[in-house]
Amino acid sequence: MSLETLPDDPQLRERFSELKRSLTPQAATIEANRCLYCFDAPCTAACPTHIDVPGFIKRIASGNLRGSALRILDANILGGSCARACPVDILCEGACVMHKQGRHPIRIGQLQRHAMDFFHASGEDVKTAPRGLRQLHVACIGAGPASLACAAEICRRGARATIVERRPLPGGLNTYGVAEYKLRAAESLKEIDLIRRMGVEFRFGAGIESADDLRALESEFDFVFLGIGLGAMQQLSIPGEENEGVMNALELISGYKTGRIRELGGTVVVIGAGNTAIDAANAARRLGAETVYLLYRRGESDIPAFDFEYEHAKVEGVQFLWRRQPVAIRKDAHGTLLLDTVQVREVEHTLLPIPDSQYTIACHLVVPAIGQSPITDLMRDWCRIEVKDGRIETDRATGQTCNPRYFAGGDCANGGREVVDAVADGKRSALAMIKIAEAAYA
Amino acid sequence: MPDIRVRGFAGGIDSPNPFWLASAPPTNCGEQIMRAFDAGWGGAVWKTIGEPVTNVSSRYSATDWNGLRMMGFNNIELISDRSVEENLREMAEVKKRYPYHAVIASLMVASNREAWHEIVARAEDAGADGLELNFGCPHGMSERGMGSAVGQVPEYAEMITRWVKEKARKPVLVKLTPNITDIRAVARAAKRGGADGLSAINTINSITGIDLDTLVPRPDVDGKSSHGGYCGPAVKPIALNMVQQVMADPDSALPLSGIGGIETWRDAAEFMLLGCGTVQVCTAVMHYGYRIVEDMAEGLESWMRTKGFNCIEDFRGLSLNRVTEWKHLNLNYKIVARIDAAKCIGCDLCHIACWDGAHQCIHLDRSTGPINGPVELHATPAQNEAHTRSLIAVTPVSRRERTEASAPRGPYMTAIERIPRVDETECVGCNLCSLVCPVEQCITMVRVDAGVPAETWEERTKGAVCAPQPQRS
Repeated sequence: MSLETLPDDPQLRERFSELKRSLTPQAATIEANRCLYCFDAPCTAACPTHIDVPGFIKRIASGNLRGSALRILDANILGGSCARACPVDILCEGACVMHKQGRHPIRIGQLQRHAMDFFHASGEDVKTAPRGLRQLHVACIGAGPASLACAAEICRRGARATIVERRPLPGGLNTYGVAEYKLRAAESLKEIDLIRRMGVEFRFGAGIESADDLRALESEFDFVFLGIGLGAMQQLSIPGEENEGVMNALELISGYKTGRIRELGGTVVVIGAGNTAIDAANAARRLGAETVYLLYRRGESDIPAFDFEYEHAKVEGVQFLWRRQPVAIRKDAHGTLLLDTVQVREVEHTLLPIPDSQYTIACHLVVPAIGQSPITDLMRDWCRIEVKDGRIETDRATGQTCNPRYFAGGDCANGGREVVDAVADGKRSALAMIKIAEAAYA
Repeated sequence: MPDIRVRGFAGGIDSPNPFWLASAPPTNCGEQIMRAFDAGWGGAVWKTIGEPVTNVSSRYSATDWNGLRMMGFNNIELISDRSVEENLREMAEVKKRYPYHAVIASLMVASNREAWHEIVARAEDAGADGLELNFGCPHGMSERGMGSAVGQVPEYAEMITRWVKEKARKPVLVKLTPNITDIRAVARAAKRGGADGLSAINTINSITGIDLDTLVPRPDVDGKSSHGGYCGPAVKPIALNMVQQVMADPDSALPLSGIGGIETWRDAAEFMLLGCGTVQVCTAVMHYGYRIVEDMAEGLESWMRTKGFNCIEDFRGLSLNRVTEWKHLNLNYKIVARIDAAKCIGCDLCHIACWDGAHQCIHLDRSTGPINGPVELHATPAQNEAHTRSLIAVTPVSRRERTEASAPRGPYMTAIERIPRVDETECVGCNLCSLVCPVEQCITMVRVDAGVPAETWEERTKGAVCAPQPQRS
């Protein structure tokens, strides 16, 4: 694992320049001093990892940046990426009491980033209990935020954790899936290097392909944490989907983030209106597509994407086609991609096509972004766990599944939420495993 | 329109308004003072004139607070570094061009009669409307037997005041140093010496801070610092206290020009309510420039109009007798804090302040049911916090979850479990919660009927040998 795996691409950096610039030291101090220092603060309560927000902000105000970062890392080892990727409007900043006085909320995300950037630049390590303090070895499957948080917490408390990942780089969606203008892959990897230095071991290129793979892990480790995320992106299930020129949103995003896709042109149609659809549509614009349509089967007021994401997409120049569904994908005689669409209306929760509303869009790329597929029955059978509505069933407070040696967290357990939710899940599982191991030891 | 002119202050000084510049860098020279008069200042006390000095650099430092600059300010600058001739020539020019503004000569010379007689005569010849004797400068000059070295010894202060009065035809103000156990000692000496008025307070001995990189206190003069005079908004409460002490003491009271952290008309009005006839400003001008006087004059006039005061004498000193000795306060006056749930934003600062800094009577028990009584009956702040931290929070991702998350819970904008409640049976009415609350009028102190007549400590202990607390039935 090293940063060299991802070459620094000036074109990418320029096209995906950061949405929010970092604060200058003085701006950070001024902003930090605005904080009221609420007791038992609502921002802390709203954060899934319960970062002591007033605590870290007051440390910024006093100039104790190192202490500030350590305070953040106590609660959230991925404090750096959360500071960039979190939808703070609906989390900490949304809960800020300043709203109730008609004042602008404290820029918590920006302040957190300020402290975390300082810490990561300093190269300092996070203190861990002596390794071997606890006789516990945990395997975490998948190297996304949930597993990283789980493994880091296990090592912080003096036990061992090994992350098993099928891809060549760690981080999961943090590295491969968050829009580059929010969180650079390189930043994600830098943060994970801190976790590696805490003693977390990594095995890359190691996918779970069979029940035997799991039996092997069971014999080697005390507990297995499933941080496997959701499955591949959902298919549109329309004729012509196999055409070249159809690429799902996560493929597009990981493609440009890893340098495989550097340029797009012409017209791109993104299908779906979730946050990932918006990320893909914005990416298409920044990669050079002249026209980017976002096709959604319902109306503007129904879109699942966060409001600020929608507003951002409009600024990027994405055009929205409401109440329209794809019907088929074809190619004309010249090889141009044709997306047949139809207008729909909703009648008693069912979308019905409106007659004679067919419209065909000639385009260069169709990007389905209608969600990821759920956890498969195969995984359920291999792990002997319960899966409901495509999610692994867990005890919410501990992340434990009905198979007591298996824990799960992140998207595979919560159905697909934010990085910070995955971190919270991973941390809770780690603490539960430690507790069980202690009880057994006693 | 209320009249804010000053007439016959300290036996003969007039000025278009009570706002004077204190003797300091803003009154270094005639050019500055004329610009200040153009900006609206009513008077200026010239930067102290005496044998020219050599100053050091740097000279100033400040105390910032929560990102705000210059809450407090200090300096180690000495008196004027320009010659007596130069200063007095310019003073004559200013008086010629601005005959109706007050120009006061601040003076400081060696402690001998002839030196004082000479400088007094020269200043008056230049046209000074009054003389201010600088017995207050706390740094540098005091090491040479001047400034606060005089102001800290009542006998010296009285002697020099007397020398000056032997010669002076114009009103003589003595500027008092606060760097003394009881400021009245020197005020009384000045009065005995024949002073026509007083100026108070001068700056307070201080070290504003230490540079944590170089370990040198500020201001840094080639690796060393010195005790500087502290001023600015931070010193206003100290100045008000000393002004009150002087004005409430018949042996001290004289026409007083108030000084110390005055920045707005509000500050000025407060000094006047304690008896000041004029006020002097320095730090605020060093921070923002002469222009601040516009709002001072307008604001004071507007306030006077609202209160029905026609001139300064209508309200000067009105708050003076509202300060009394503790033993005269009513022990049976009872107030309690009330929290307006509709205004509360849920910062819960009052809760933690009351528990950690006061009397443990503000609780988060509106949702669990109010309990009145001693501390043992209540959940501690740490328990409340631990409970919140134990709750699982998730990001509301779907539109439905987001709507639910942002919907108000309960009748108020803040969720009921976050709105603190005052246990009035335990509240001692200390004010702390209302002081920490960031929302105006959210916490008010409400009078409750104690059911007993007013009684002071003096009355309660009258005749008692060692003032015991009476038994309560």
